[in-house]
Amino acid sequence: MTTSLIIIAIGGMALGAGSAFIAFARGRLAGVSALLRGAVEGARGDRAWRWSALAGIATAGAVAEHVAPGSLPGSDASPVVLIVAGLLVGAGARIGNGCTSGHGICGVGRASPRSIVASTLFCAVGALVVAAARWI
Amino acid sequence: MKANLLAFLAGALFGTGLIFSRLADPGRVLAFLDLAAGSDPALPITMALSASTFAVLYRAALRPGNWFTRSIERPRPGRIDGRLVFGASLFGAGWGLAGLCPGPAVVSLGALAPGVVWFLPAMLAGLFLGDAPGALVARLRSARWAA
Repeated sequence: MTTSLIIIAIGGMALGAGSAFIAFARGRLAGVSALLRGAVEGARGDRAWRWSALAGIATAGAVAEHVAPGSLPGSDASPVVLIVAGLLVGAGARIGNGCTSGHGICGVGRASPRSIVASTLFCAVGALVVAAARWI
Repeated sequence: MKANLLAFLAGALFGTGLIFSRLADPGRVLAFLDLAAGSDPALPITMALSASTFAVLYRAALRPGNWFTRSIERPRPGRIDGRLVFGASLFGAGWGLAGLCPGPAVVSLGALAPGVVWFLPAMLAGLFLGDAPGALVARLRSARWAA
């Protein structure tokens, strides 16, 4: 239990440092949804660094799966649930202008009131949905 | 080129952090959001440590004459409006449904983890077309007023 908490704590710090270093690459703050949007919709000279960061994230997943199979368990939810969840997460990140990393790490780290409200809502609505799913 | 290499390495560190902290494990995320089951402490620890680590580095980067970045953007605090509340609520609903969000979806793609083939394309569709339904409703409304 203690060992796993230490690993989790190291992971949390790596996550925060990674977010900061992604921002240092070009001086632009970006969570993962902003990286994805900018990689496609961004100005021409502003796309490559975003693709590079995304490739780095995916590479970490590929290496982890190779070194320690099962470290990325994925989800065994039904395709319908996954598609609905994906649409909600994607549209929500666009409309709310950020995701768990953009609002939750960069925004909360800057003490942005918008991001604090967004992150609180992510957790509150998420908890409501999990509670509702228990009843069904 | 240097920016791309730095971005790649930063992404790799970010992805490793997602895996170590178990934020990329939908089961752990749903266990945290499940208040009735006692809530998993892994996520609050991760959230607090990642945001505070970011805060320390960001503040250092804002200081003029620092060695790691020449300039970094400093967004002005914006308004908390209906769009933010609506968007964040939709996001939370999707997160609570599957336990996946954009970072874990990308890191899981690298591992070809189960479920990503359904979640990721749907998420991208939402991310790029998410404004379309709202825009359509607004257009229909204004058309009705014009008629």
